[in-house]
Amino acid sequence: MKYVDEFRDPQLIANVSREIARLAGAGRHYRIMEVCGGHTHAIYRHGLKNLLPPNVELIHGPGCPVCVLPMGRVDDGLSIAQQRDVIMTAFGDMMRVPGTRGTPLEHKARGVDIRMVYSPLDALRIAQSTPEKHVVFFAIGFETTAPSTALTLARARALGIKNFSVFCNHVTIVPAIRAILDSPDMRLDAFVGPGHVSTVTGCRPYEFIARDYGKPVVISGFEPLDILESILMILRQLRSGEARVENQYRRIVPWEGNLPALQAIGEAFELRPYFEWRGLGFISQSALKVSSAFAAWDAEVQFEVPGIRVTDPKAAQCGEVLKGVLKPPQCKLFGKECNPEHPVGALMVSSEGACAAYYRYVHLSESVPA
Amino acid sequence: MCLAIPGQIVEFSTEQAGLAKVDVAGVKRNVNVSLLQDEGVACGDWVLIHVGFAMSKIEESQAKDQLRMLSALGEDEMAMDEIRGYSFAERE
Ligand code: SF4
Repeated sequence: MKYVDEFRDPQLIANVSREIARLAGAGRHYRIMEVCGGHTHAIYRHGLKNLLPPNVELIHGPGCPVCVLPMGRVDDGLSIAQQRDVIMTAFGDMMRVPGTRGTPLEHKARGVDIRMVYSPLDALRIAQSTPEKHVVFFAIGFETTAPSTALTLARARALGIKNFSVFCNHVTIVPAIRAILDSPDMRLDAFVGPGHVSTVTGCRPYEFIARDYGKPVVISGFEPLDILESILMILRQLRSGEARVENQYRRIVPWEGNLPALQAIGEAFELRPYFEWRGLGFISQSALKVSSAFAAWDAEVQFEVPGIRVTDPKAAQCGEVLKGVLKPPQCKLFGKECNPEHPVGALMVSSEGACAAYYRYVHLSESVPA
Repeated sequence: MCLAIPGQIVEFSTEQAGLAKVDVAGVKRNVNVSLLQDEGVACGDWVLIHVGFAMSKIEESQAKDQLRMLSALGEDEMAMDEIRGYSFAERE
C-alpha cells in the first residue's frame, strides 16, 4: 500500500519537515499562499503549521467558492427564489451563507421553495418532475465545478427542458491570483497551486505567475506529505533563484488539463467583463456567465435580477482575511459574534473557509508536536 | 460539495450515454463520466467524483487513500451523504 503509508509516515514527514527547515535557513521570511480552500482545510486539520519553521508562513488564498461570493449575489439569488412558481436549488454549503435578510436556509424556513442538491443534474431532474414550476440552479464554484454546470446546461438543451435555468456565479482562479499579485500590499513569495481546479485547467494557466511575476508555483495534492513536499519544492526554487510551475500532484493533475471539461465550459459560458469578489473587489474577466447560445437557460435573462450591492458588516474583516492581510483570529468578530453556528461571514460557513477551518482545528494543530 | 469522492465503476448505463454506476464504500449511485471520454473508462476503474461527475481516473491505492483522507478530515459522512443524495438517474 504505497500511498496509504507514504503520505502519513511520521518518519517521512519528519524528514521532509527537517529538510524544509534546513532549506529555509534563517534570516529570510517566506510567505507562501495556498490558493485553494481545500489546502487551507488540510493545513489546519493536519496541523502542518507546526511542522514548518517560523520563517515559513502560509497565507490562505481566495480559493473557496462560497467565501468569495459577495453578499449582494446571495441576495440576488434569493430574490429570484422568491418569485412565483420558482424552485431554487443550491449546494449545501450555499444554504448557510448569510444574505442581508438571512441565509437561504432561513428563507426556506419562511416558506421560500429552496432545495439542497448535491449535483446540478439533480436540479435538472427536479425540473423534469415538476413541469409546472421553474427550477433555478444557484451555480457556484471554480473550474472544478463549472464543467458539471456546463454539461447540465447542454443536457437541458438537448432534452428541450424549458423550465430550468442557471444563476451563474462560477469564477475562475487565474484572474484572482493576478489581482492578488497586482495588489499594492502583495508580499508573497510563491504559491501552492490548487489541486482539483488544475485537473480541469492543467498547469499552463499558471505559467504567467512564474514568467511575469517571478514567483514559483507548485500544484499540490491534499495529503500532509503532498503539501509539505510542495513547500519543499517551492523553497528549492526560491533558494536557487528560479521561478517555474511544477506539478507535485501528477498522479491526478494532467499538465494539459481535461479537454472535454474545458470544451464544455467554453460552449456553455462566456467571460463576464468584470465580477465582484468578496474582499477583492471587482476583477475583470474573472467570472463566467451563461453564454448567449444558452440564453433560454440563463436565470439572469429569464428573471429580473436586482443587482444588489451590499457592503459587509463593518466589524467583519472577511476581506482582509481573504487577502491574507489578517489571520482569522485577528478579526474582531472571530469566535464571538461570528462562529460556525452563527456565521457573520462566509469564511465561517464553508469547511474550506479560513475562519471555519481555524475555528475547528486550531486547538488540534496546537497539540501536534513540532 | 465534497472536493473529490473516490468510487469504482461497476456498470455502464445502457439507457444514457456517459452515465455509469459507481460504488463508493458499498453505496451505488449513477454519476456522469463523460468528462473522461478522452481517457476512456472501463468497469473496475476508480474515479474521483465531484458534484455527480467523474473528474479523473485514479489508482485503486489512491482511491483507498482518498477515503482515509476524507475520514481524517471528518468529511467521510458528508461524502457518503453526497453520494446517497445523487438521484438524477433514478427512476421516479
Ligand atoms: S471571523 Fe467571521 S466576520 Fe471575521 S473574517 Fe472570519 S468570517 Fe468574516
